[in-house]
Amino acid sequence: MAPLVELKSAGVSLGRHPIIDDVSFSIEAGETIGVIGPNGSGKTTLLRVVATLIRPTSGGGAVLGRNLLSPRIREVRPEIGLVSHHPALLPELTVKENLTHFTNLTGDQSGGIDQALVVVGMSDARSRLVSACSYGMQRRLEVAWLLMAKPKVLLLDEAKSGLDVSAQGLIDALVELTVSRGGAVISVSHDSGQLGGTAFTRILGLEHGRLQVVE
Amino acid sequence: MSLWRQSLEIARIDLVVERRIGDTFRIILPFAVIALMIFSLAFGFDITSSGDAGPGVFWAIAILFGMQIALRSSALETESRRDLTTLLGLDPAARFLGRSISAAILLAGFTLVLFVAMLLLYSPELPGAWAGPLALALILTTIGLALLSTLAGEVTSGLRNRTALASLIVAPLVIPLVVGASQVLEAMERSSGILLWVLLLTTTDLVLLVAGVGLSRPLEEAAR
Repeated sequence: MAPLVELKSAGVSLGRHPIIDDVSFSIEAGETIGVIGPNGSGKTTLLRVVATLIRPTSGGGAVLGRNLLSPRIREVRPEIGLVSHHPALLPELTVKENLTHFTNLTGDQSGGIDQALVVVGMSDARSRLVSACSYGMQRRLEVAWLLMAKPKVLLLDEAKSGLDVSAQGLIDALVELTVSRGGAVISVSHDSGQLGGTAFTRILGLEHGRLQVVE
Repeated sequence: MSLWRQSLEIARIDLVVERRIGDTFRIILPFAVIALMIFSLAFGFDITSSGDAGPGVFWAIAILFGMQIALRSSALETESRRDLTTLLGLDPAARFLGRSISAAILLAGFTLVLFVAMLLLYSPELPGAWAGPLALALILTTIGLALLSTLAGEVTSGLRNRTALASLIVAPLVIPLVVGASQVLEAMERSSGILLWVLLLTTTDLVLLVAGVGLSRPLEEAAR
């Protein structure tokens, strides 16, 4: 069976400065990978390459069977879930309007917005503007969307940073759910403590843009 | 999800956001009306009383301020917001069309109110049966300006100072729209046909539409 994510000597350079260099790994269905590295080591860039948001400037790879360098990569994007540093929401809309907007764009007719808000503990805040929500609430809202979207590849960028214990538990639950559906997860952090709560298949280290196996 | 449905959803959300922020009608429109007044003061009251300058000043202000309205959606977009819609599978052509639709609706409302303000401030002598041709010119011009500004917003997406850069791109390319729009009234005053100018506006709109839809996917790929 083909891996869900595969990078082959992938690199990204900004001018002559390499951000990540010669990165190779693959992730099968049901695997979780943790990546630890200091600030500026290229963790976010690595995730954005896998998320198909950045094209590798050297090497290549595939996500969900599509070549990263092909324009057809856009076909698999709805099956990739990304939780990045800054919550990617529309602050001028309410909590529920955000989820409705996402489902309208994806054509998801399955419903479940109210149920997802209950699961993440935000059913009382459904009419609140996202701009009036705390950082932790915005993260919960992102989790609510990902619970509905059921991505096959889940990418977490310092996802637990700044969250309370119950919100961190939601991230762990999202990881378990993704893996149990046969998906794959990559979680990156500068702090190994924040990778706790998840049983990783492998933990990799990233330093100066190069990967090393930690355990 | 179809391109059309995604486009309408983008336009709908854009208008909801605008209703809550109120940039167009609470900030830009009053400023544009003040600009109409400043022009009349700068040129002296003779021009205001004769009304000759009214339509010309109106089009100049409508285009310049309209650019800011049409570019506001691109200016609001953060990297994480763009990433989100990209990962939701939003077709870049739908993003272009949706933003153009919402910008055209806002511009239509803006130019209509601005035109009424110009009538009140300058009292121009308009040729007979001006309403129909002028409405046509307004609609075609606002569509063109919306398409052009949205395209410029897409070209400069992700760049630093993108709002200023987009304005620089729009300014020279807007000339066919300015010429077409202003000449419709001129032609009516001379009692000559307006077909040539309507054709110029329509052709410009069609070229911008085709260019915007056709370039949106390559532009998104190039931005990766």
